Amino acid sequence: MSGLPDLVSVASGAVFLSFLVGIPVYGFFKGVKVYETFVDGAREGFDVAVRIIPYLVAILVAIGMFRASGAMDLITSAMPTAVRDLGISPLVLSLILMRPLSGSASLGILAEIISSSGADSYEARLAAVILGSTETTLYVIAVYFGAISVNRVRYAVHAGLIADAAGVCAAVILCWVFFG
Amino acid sequence: MLNVIWLALLVGSVVVAVFTGHTKDVVIAATDSAGSAFKLALGFTGIMALWLGIMKIAEHSGLIELFTRAIAPVMRFLFPNIPDRHPALGSMAMNMVANMFGLNNAATPLGIRAMEDLETLNTRKGTATDAMCMFLAVNTSSLQLVPAGAIALLAAGGSADPTIIVFPALLATTASTVCGVVAARRLSRMARFREDTQEVPEK
Repeated sequence: MSGLPDLVSVASGAVFLSFLVGIPVYGFFKGVKVYETFVDGAREGFDVAVRIIPYLVAILVAIGMFRASGAMDLITSAMPTAVRDLGISPLVLSLILMRPLSGSASLGILAEIISSSGADSYEARLAAVILGSTETTLYVIAVYFGAISVNRVRYAVHAGLIADAAGVCAAVILCWVFFG
Repeated sequence: MLNVIWLALLVGSVVVAVFTGHTKDVVIAATDSAGSAFKLALGFTGIMALWLGIMKIAEHSGLIELFTRAIAPVMRFLFPNIPDRHPALGSMAMNMVANMFGLNNAATPLGIRAMEDLETLNTRKGTATDAMCMFLAVNTSSLQLVPAGAIALLAAGGSADPTIIVFPALLATTASTVCGVVAARRLSRMARFREDTQEVPEK
């Protein structure tokens, strides 16, 4: 098992780097002014970061207060131990519950998990994989169907939530295999 | 819904704090969390800029367009009722590619555009078509190949190896997308949903 985390690390790094280096190399051969274009796109990064500040403040303050109140202990004691055995901590559970509603809120919860358990903890990795394999389902459905005034969405919510549940299950199993 | 959850967290924590005697901790937590939220966003900025810069190159080099063409056979499988060369196929493909690369700012406008294109084939206004539900199922199952936001947070948190999650996340998101597609197909055939099936314009 000891070689597996290394393999995961190499494969993950390779995927990431192929985007990071492969795209500029491809662009260069296509005659794109890669440097100028990169800077142009990167400029938007600041806007994105600034735009999420209000959401981060709102959710981190609420979660910070919630945690300080001792309410988390109530949930922990109420949570079946079977759920804990899967590696799902109360914060990960709140991430799973919050995820379909708000992307920024679930990013906030991941940030909370990282600062409380550490960026290399099992909990943080599980939360990150769950975040990467699910989507803000209800928000997307509301926006997309709202844009064309469709009120009867039929089975769109069912299918979306089934996909999210499948993503969470897959994340729990894969993290147990790779990082457990 | 988020209003209710957010308010419940605020009110709930104050109520619990009063009973458990943690009132002072809650006050401190509120101020501290607000400060750390800003610091977090600062740590986020660099990696977000890096990713958006790379994506701009992908866009200008025609790589995204190439992806759209590569994805065409998949589109025919997912949306059999959409006529060939219909603009909805192009806009949906563009949205999916934007989602794969985590371009949320581009994905949402493209997705709304795709919904408008799908609406032109809808014979029962106000009710979703099978193609719309399939599109949303694929969309909300998460298509993102590299969860840049999560990696950025791990890196900002001082992880020794923030990209270690890329591979398992890729596998998990593939599983969720397959389940979303199968679920949408199955649900569309269920009696309680099937009555509404339309898409092929009635004459």
